[in-house]
Amino acid sequence: MNADRPAVGDRFRRFRAGRRAGEELAVPPAEFTSYYGRPILKPPVWTWEIAAYLFTGGLAAGSSLLAAGGQLTGRAEVRRAGRVAALAAVTASAGLLVKDLGRPERFHHMLRVAKPTSPMSVGTWILTAYGPAAGLAAIAEVAPLLPTRGPLGLVRRALPPVGRVAGLAAALTAPALGTYTAVLLADTAVPSWHEAYADLPFVFAGSALASGAGVGLLAVPPAQAGPARRMALAGAGLELVGAHRVENRLGLLGEPYRTGRPGRLLRAGRTLTVAGVAGAVLGRRSRLVSAVSGAALLAASVATRFGVFHAGVASARDPKYTVVPQRARLDRRAAEPGG
Amino acid sequence: MADRPHRPAAPPQSSLSAADPATAAGWVDAPPRMGFFTDTSVCIGCKACEVACKEWNGVPTSGLDLLGMSYDNTGALTANSWRHVAFVEQPRPAGHGTASFAGNPTGDSASAASAARSAGTAKPTGTEPGVLAGEPQAAARTTEFLGMPAAGPPGRTGSAEGRSDFRWLMMSDVCKHCTRAGCLDVCPTGALFRTEFGTVVVQEDICNGCGYCVSACPYGVIDRRVDDGRVWKCTLCYDRIGAGLTPACAQACPTESIQYGPLDELRERAAERVATLRERGEPQARLYGHDPHDGVGGDGAFFLLLDEPEVYGLPPDPQVTTRDLPAMWRRAGLAALAMTAVAVGAFLGGRR
Ligand code: SF4
Ligand code: SF4
Repeated sequence: MNADRPAVGDRFRRFRAGRRAGEELAVPPAEFTSYYGRPILKPPVWTWEIAAYLFTGGLAAGSSLLAAGGQLTGRAEVRRAGRVAALAAVTASAGLLVKDLGRPERFHHMLRVAKPTSPMSVGTWILTAYGPAAGLAAIAEVAPLLPTRGPLGLVRRALPPVGRVAGLAAALTAPALGTYTAVLLADTAVPSWHEAYADLPFVFAGSALASGAGVGLLAVPPAQAGPARRMALAGAGLELVGAHRVENRLGLLGEPYRTGRPGRLLRAGRTLTVAGVAGAVLGRRSRLVSAVSGAALLAASVATRFGVFHAGVASARDPKYTVVPQRARLDRRAAEPGG
Repeated sequence: MADRPHRPAAPPQSSLSAADPATAAGWVDAPPRMGFFTDTSVCIGCKACEVACKEWNGVPTSGLDLLGMSYDNTGALTANSWRHVAFVEQPRPAGHGTASFAGNPTGDSASAASAARSAGTAKPTGTEPGVLAGEPQAAARTTEFLGMPAAGPPGRTGSAEGRSDFRWLMMSDVCKHCTRAGCLDVCPTGALFRTEFGTVVVQEDICNGCGYCVSACPYGVIDRRVDDGRVWKCTLCYDRIGAGLTPACAQACPTESIQYGPLDELRERAAERVATLRERGEPQARLYGHDPHDGVGGDGAFFLLLDEPEVYGLPPDPQVTTRDLPAMWRRAGLAALAMTAVAVGAFLGGRR
């Protein structure tokens, strides 16, 4: 090769030479070549509905777990609040998911196939199992309002056992509902989502638990809210540890989670989570403080979900996040013996 | 029917088993895998492929804005542009060193400012995400940009002043018809499928526009039309090749930059071509997407490039996202267990 000639792609060579010279940076200098700075990937066409669904789906899952716990330990108010919240959340979820389609009237095409390689297909079937169960469990809560006699009286007697079975079925599928959405995001070419696949499920699981606990704190007198407080504490812990790892262990790909709008959303989520848990624990005797804490946990979950969503979109829009990590990967492979 | 390729009722849907994607997808007696070899070293940037594709496939217009990116006003592959001819301007001589230019003054012809400006242009393509604005800083840093070309060839200024060494890279981009296709793996309706020719095609009567494939494609190919809500991309002219014809773009290409044929043959031809070019003093000539061992199991449409892939807007090391899917499900399973454990603990862990 002619040494006088300015080497094509020399910016890369310089960048690589710089790294070989010993500065092993967690975040490599973002110097890279691109086609007029344009994105290589197509950023998600998903809009706010999907970010909102991440929240409502998690809320439904957390609420169903809360409700089942209330059911099995004889806390009627916890059970009722959980079941009602779960139905509301799963109904909203279905609406949001259909609305986000390019062809909403074709939503049922999702039911043509069951594909384990498509987390959206898996999610469709999880929702298909979970939704009716959560719905039945919530409907069973109207039993006490029915007349004791006549055909409706029969329904009144039949509903509670049906609700118990449905409530347990919903709780069994709830953990899948609360965590598959992390795979839904990670199973894409979106760099900051894909590379976070090990930790996102824990962020989402924690966020789902904390939001379910938020429902309990809002709707139940403090005397019955002990389990919700503990759920909030543990859920917040999962979420905060997971989010910390997402932000700090991905090198350059953690950057979208820390900067700009997603960074602000995730910081707000963290602050609200900490405030909500602190309020729930310290204000455990006050109905008002508990309720405000519950609301803070719900708001925290919304902020976290939108933050994660927008961080991924930002990483797909900037060619830096596509080119630099892939270059680093190629370099690593080239440096391997025999590679 | 026995002599025609056919599929049993419920073929496996995953594209993760690589070797022969059509057979892996359940086709019996599949014909040889067909593909494109796009040799960018002979592309003259005439865009006959873009036009022929639109004509044959009835693809809607994709907007008429000037993007300020050299002669590229298409911008990117979209649902309304299934071939996209990229134009790259570099203040460098092609191939044989600078002998014939030696002694000529070389001015500072690259314009970071105009590059940054061109990155900021976007246009309504009737599709989403379509052609989005880029990052101005990234464009400006890539100072291999001469601004909008003048009417005459560069350097014809009447004097030696402001002259520069210069080359144009042109590449007709297209869907790669990946061996392991992320779009196909994640499609929840089965609208995307593997044809008997090993290509990847969207069934327009099935697609419900969920958009999952758009985020799953590591090349940023597939895109959604705003007015009809469905995704569209190159079909490798499924209708034409089924009738034994050549795809419209390859048929129209006047320089045989786009070659169509059985993938095995194309790979052999490409290896010869790259060897010839290197021999003739083009050390940067390399193949892209030809390797069945790359992150997507090799592309059904692969390229001969004269510079790093990202210079043309291609990812340097694409990987099919579903490669990590088993690990993802395992992590999600663990998280689901943790969720259950927390809920159980919350109710058992105290008296109140
Ligand atoms: S290039 Fe993208 S759209 Fe084409 S087959 Fe591969 S993943 Fe699918
Ligand atoms: S947008 Fe259409 S082709 Fe793409 S994944 Fe969804 S249903 Fe499949």
